[in-house]
Amino acid sequence: MYVYTEYDQKLLDERVAQYRDQTRRYFAGELKEEEYLPLRLQNGLYVQRHAPMLRVAVPYGLLRSDQVRMLASIAQRYDKGYAHVSTRQNFQFNWPALEVVPDILADLASVQMHAIQTSGNCIRNVTTDQFAGVIRDEIEDPRPYAELIRQWSTFHPEFAYLPRKFKIAITGSADEDRAAVRFHDIGLEMVKNDQGEVGFKVLVGGGLGRTPIIAEEVVPFLPKQHIISYLEAILRVYNRYGRRDNKYKARIKILVKALGVEAFRDKVEQEWNHLKESRLQVPEQEFERLKGFFIDPEYADLVDQEDLLAQQSESSPGFSHWLNTNCTAHKKPGYMAVTLSLKPTAVAPGDVTTEQLNAIADLSDKYSFSLVRSTHDQNVVLADVQQDKLFDLWQELKANGFATANIGKLTDMICCPGGDFCALANAKSIPVAEQIQRRFDDLDYLYDLGDIELNISGCMNACGHHHIGNIGILGVDKKGKEFYQVSLGGNSGREAAIGKILGPSFDEAEIADVIDKVIGVYVEKRLEGESFLGTVQRLGIDPFKEKVYA
Amino acid sequence: MRKIIVNGELVSDHWITVHANENGEITVPENGDVLVALETWQANKDALVAHQGKTGLLLNGDAELEDFSADLDKFDLIAVNFPKFADGRGYSLARLLRERVNYTGELRAVGDVLRDQLFYLHRCGFNAFVIREDRDVEDALNAFKDFTVTYQADVHEERPIYHRRPA
Repeated sequence: MYVYTEYDQKLLDERVAQYRDQTRRYFAGELKEEEYLPLRLQNGLYVQRHAPMLRVAVPYGLLRSDQVRMLASIAQRYDKGYAHVSTRQNFQFNWPALEVVPDILADLASVQMHAIQTSGNCIRNVTTDQFAGVIRDEIEDPRPYAELIRQWSTFHPEFAYLPRKFKIAITGSADEDRAAVRFHDIGLEMVKNDQGEVGFKVLVGGGLGRTPIIAEEVVPFLPKQHIISYLEAILRVYNRYGRRDNKYKARIKILVKALGVEAFRDKVEQEWNHLKESRLQVPEQEFERLKGFFIDPEYADLVDQEDLLAQQSESSPGFSHWLNTNCTAHKKPGYMAVTLSLKPTAVAPGDVTTEQLNAIADLSDKYSFSLVRSTHDQNVVLADVQQDKLFDLWQELKANGFATANIGKLTDMICCPGGDFCALANAKSIPVAEQIQRRFDDLDYLYDLGDIELNISGCMNACGHHHIGNIGILGVDKKGKEFYQVSLGGNSGREAAIGKILGPSFDEAEIADVIDKVIGVYVEKRLEGESFLGTVQRLGIDPFKEKVYA
Repeated sequence: MRKIIVNGELVSDHWITVHANENGEITVPENGDVLVALETWQANKDALVAHQGKTGLLLNGDAELEDFSADLDKFDLIAVNFPKFADGRGYSLARLLRERVNYTGELRAVGDVLRDQLFYLHRCGFNAFVIREDRDVEDALNAFKDFTVTYQADVHEERPIYHRRPA
């Protein structure tokens, strides 16, 4: 975990003072609404349907237990006793009052947290693989690079007023993309060249929203010391040439499409030629310094506990399901990474209460080196749990509502806050998620179905990532009534794909039936061992369409 | 005369902005420093060079360096217009002026220029600011003190934080 120096802390403290003064001037009438708006947005403060929403940054999803306790305390003191994990690995509070936000920021700064650039037309929180540093298939741990990018993007003087928001994700995994980098404005994939040097494949222009686009490769291998100069070149080209006349055409993906990736690359390279030999080059000792913050914790020297786990699974089917579904193999023998499900039935996906946050902090102290991770699919991870403690942990997770054994399954949905909270939404999304969870509450059936990503967005801004769900559900407004469009075949990983729309949209009451029919077609047509996505890819959407609209 | 900020101090602005007529022609005052738009400069170079007084160039955020960089030594002032404060193109243009073509004269932010943008504008190379007329220009001076620490390289500091951390 990165440890703040006095310098880093000073930046946060000065930010709190600056924001406090901006808020004072707003309430004193010295700042007009439209002038305060981008200032508060760059601080993660939206005004929503019922109240303001404050989005707290969790850089690349990593938290210390004392930070989790602070989130719990804020939820209790300034909110209604709960918080929400977002798809950028951030935490959101839905009910703080505008005038107390400076106090909340001061509390956050006391534990090295903030809300800097969690919204607004600027560079947002950089996200990464929730299993960074503990997974076996890694080229390198991406977090030191994510921290480098965090510092570079924090209060960058040139890029605070971009045409539109800008999201960067980075993955170090060799086999699997758990950070959806192909759907980011910039996606960085760590790669090794023939000489064994580490660098980045740079992908640009991906995104969801109204115009979902898969990012295109701009550089196959960028030596790591050039990462900042290259990012700066891309951002400068975007800042200068991105459209500002229409907010729906202002993301970098539209610029890349309009120019074509070749011409876009030429422009970036032209700019980069001026920058690459400058002091922007990152010295090796800085990489070493940053890596020093993400070294392995003091793992015990253990061996894998296959026999013990098999025996415990034998005696407890519940544990067995949970072990198979919510635990991930670890690079270190004798350890596993555990995902806490924030998706039990009848709870808004990604919501956690004050008590649960405190429990997460306690459990991380007891089982996982006092560190916690948030995931882009709105769950929480304890990354370093000893296998011989898994059974104890499972029992404590059950007692705290985190043991729903559904990670990666149909009911582990990504879901935006939707019309219940969000002023932009056309339709509610949380009740739709609940309807589906209730229908698919038979765990044995759920396991038989295997991994299925189901994503729900309440409007075409696509915060719930519906385009890239294997099953996507999009809320639409038709003459003031809420309807839902279903798409199939989306994929957020390496084989990135945007889902195909099944056909005319459905009434809210029909959704669970529709999903039931879609799943029915899969069960009937799947080949031995074939995933839902595999079946959709093999057959196309026609057989599903026939069944659903029959 | 209107008070503006130059190099951190309040000064009276003596520059006269001269607009071209419908035919692109201008009447250059005999004396005095004049500020003209890029097209006006391009169409009236001789008259402007000949006049007694300095010439300033007024740019929009979308200006390209090659349209005027050959004439750079003719200007004592370059002003960049911000049609809306949230239009960030001028920040990149300023850095290019300072860092790419090494313009060292006065670089002025004009238009929708407000206190809360000054700190970044200054870091990008602006040293003069015409604060929007309905705002307190003296209060705006406080903005330069918003932060004492920064992470990135900028026009005043070529070293990003990773070249500045104590070993």
